[in-house]
Amino acid sequence: MHFVSEGVTYTFLFLTLYWEIFMLVTFWEKRGDIKKEESRKLTTFPGVTVLVPCYNEETTIGGTIQSLLEINYPKEKLNIIIIDDGSDDRTYEVISKFKDVPNIEILRKENGGKYTALNLGLEHAKTEFIGCLDADSFVHPEALQQIMPYFDNPETMAVTPSLKIHNPNSSIMRMIQNVEYNLGIFVRKISAILNAIYVTPGPFSIFRAQVYRDLGNYRHAHNTEDMEMALRLQSNHYKIVNAHKAVVFTVGPKTFHKLYRQRVRWTHGFLENLKDYRFIILNAKYGNLGLMILPLSFISFFATIYLVLISYYAIVQSIISEIVYLQTVGFRPSWNFHFHWFYVNTATLSFVNILVAGLTLALIIIGKRMAGIRDRRFMDLVYSALLYSFIAPLWLLKAFYNNLFSRSTPWR
Amino acid sequence: MMDWRKYLLTLTITLIIFLTALFLNNYFDNKRIENIQGIQNSISTDIASSEIQFSLLGEFSCKTVDDSILSPELNSLADRLRYGEANIGNTNSNIIQLKKDYSLLELKDYLLMKQISARCKKPSASLIYFYSDKECPDCIRESYVLNALRDQYPELRIYSFDYGLDLGAVKTLININKLSGELPALIIDEKVYYGFSSIEDVEGYLPILKTLSASSTNATSTKKNF
Repeated sequence: MHFVSEGVTYTFLFLTLYWEIFMLVTFWEKRGDIKKEESRKLTTFPGVTVLVPCYNEETTIGGTIQSLLEINYPKEKLNIIIIDDGSDDRTYEVISKFKDVPNIEILRKENGGKYTALNLGLEHAKTEFIGCLDADSFVHPEALQQIMPYFDNPETMAVTPSLKIHNPNSSIMRMIQNVEYNLGIFVRKISAILNAIYVTPGPFSIFRAQVYRDLGNYRHAHNTEDMEMALRLQSNHYKIVNAHKAVVFTVGPKTFHKLYRQRVRWTHGFLENLKDYRFIILNAKYGNLGLMILPLSFISFFATIYLVLISYYAIVQSIISEIVYLQTVGFRPSWNFHFHWFYVNTATLSFVNILVAGLTLALIIIGKRMAGIRDRRFMDLVYSALLYSFIAPLWLLKAFYNNLFSRSTPWR
Repeated sequence: MMDWRKYLLTLTITLIIFLTALFLNNYFDNKRIENIQGIQNSISTDIASSEIQFSLLGEFSCKTVDDSILSPELNSLADRLRYGEANIGNTNSNIIQLKKDYSLLELKDYLLMKQISARCKKPSASLIYFYSDKECPDCIRESYVLNALRDQYPELRIYSFDYGLDLGAVKTLININKLSGELPALIIDEKVYYGFSSIEDVEGYLPILKTLSASSTNATSTKKNF
């Protein structure tokens, strides 16, 4: 049994290390191209429509719209369509304040879910480029100027931005998400280079209108329409790229409970969409996405659960043995600590674990630098290292349970 | 376009890293085994020297003999061997061999200690402990007790033996004490105590411990008076 569990642990760690090295090798290989992308300037300003679906977002929607109005882009070329999906709080009252702004259109409908709101917006969009923006996100003024040059390549069908947590130091849960999002900046960029992006995030992904004409509108997609849309594009070999310097801030869940609910929904959607698009997995026709990124993402789901559960087990074991020790001989503090190399843990797993953690840190730092974030605070890393891997299996297991027993996850 | 060369390059780098980690682990494990062997050699020399010293001095030895004639490194060796067993593995042939060598050293030390004790009419603070790595939950607790006692009474000599060790000398020790196989088992002054014994129990079986404690306190206070 011990032999089997050690074998599984080694396999998971090997795959994790393989993935990290693959990402770093790709970064090293393409670092010149990434630098070049940053210097491109927009010469023409094509028309862009941004759809903002909202449901009970009275606290954030005002800021979201304001951030869109402050975007550095010709006003006559930027249309904003706000769709109130039957909110029962003050959302409509807040958005109505913007009704006289010339490039803002406000729509209101009965509640039907985010994808229905987006589809109503699509019916009203007239421009060649259409984006969406979640109502809990704020766009950096230069974000659109950073995104649009990528459409100079006629093959580019969608451009994703870099996501950051808004006001990350306001709670420990947000600090943890901040680290995760910084890692996400790097991963999304390299995935784009590998032509393997499988989520076009709700906050400010921009598409050619042709995408909707060719492939259709948004679907329910297990409440994760942004993943389904990306997989639909990929399955039709439509190119999705990433504008790493285009920064969008999103309001991360503040409490564990809200984060848990959000992640159960995401993970449930991830598994269900993967099931719907299973023909991509291990199919060489879909390149790196089919052969590596999707299979490894799927394996990482189980690897995280497994590796954390055995860590839980080891911690519980050591607590039990500490309790047994205290019950047997009582509290006997000893201050004679003598360091000796003999007792340093030099097991193969320790070396690999240290390397995996070190490389993860490197990816996070590169991600921050890519997006031009100059924040030297590191408490988020400490909290993340201590907490993230221990809480993540909770929503992974819950989502897995929901998938097994076909339970749906609510949007809210 | 698939870049197979990159897939292969990544695989090579990952394999090199894993093999390096395996090599480092192996290298340090060998260093540990060498370290334990080194201590064993040093203890072996100490015991041989003590035996000869004791034989040469004969009757007069009691005046010069004290506990320092017995090797003080046995405890540190026991700690390292236990760590080696837990981390390198108790099925590793090198570790099993080291355990056998350690058991023989313990027996030699035990016999020498008994000789000193008999000739000098000096009661010894020592006990023999039989344990097993398998199916003996109380053995873990007993080892906690014995470690605590060793910290409390540094003069106490604990000779621990793996009941299942395939070594003639250990089997003889089991036979002459007519051990039933129930574990943990403590042998104190030729009397066998089966099952878990607490700190208080062992202190009761070995009243000399209290004297040792008192004499070491006296010695300290005497020293302080100087």
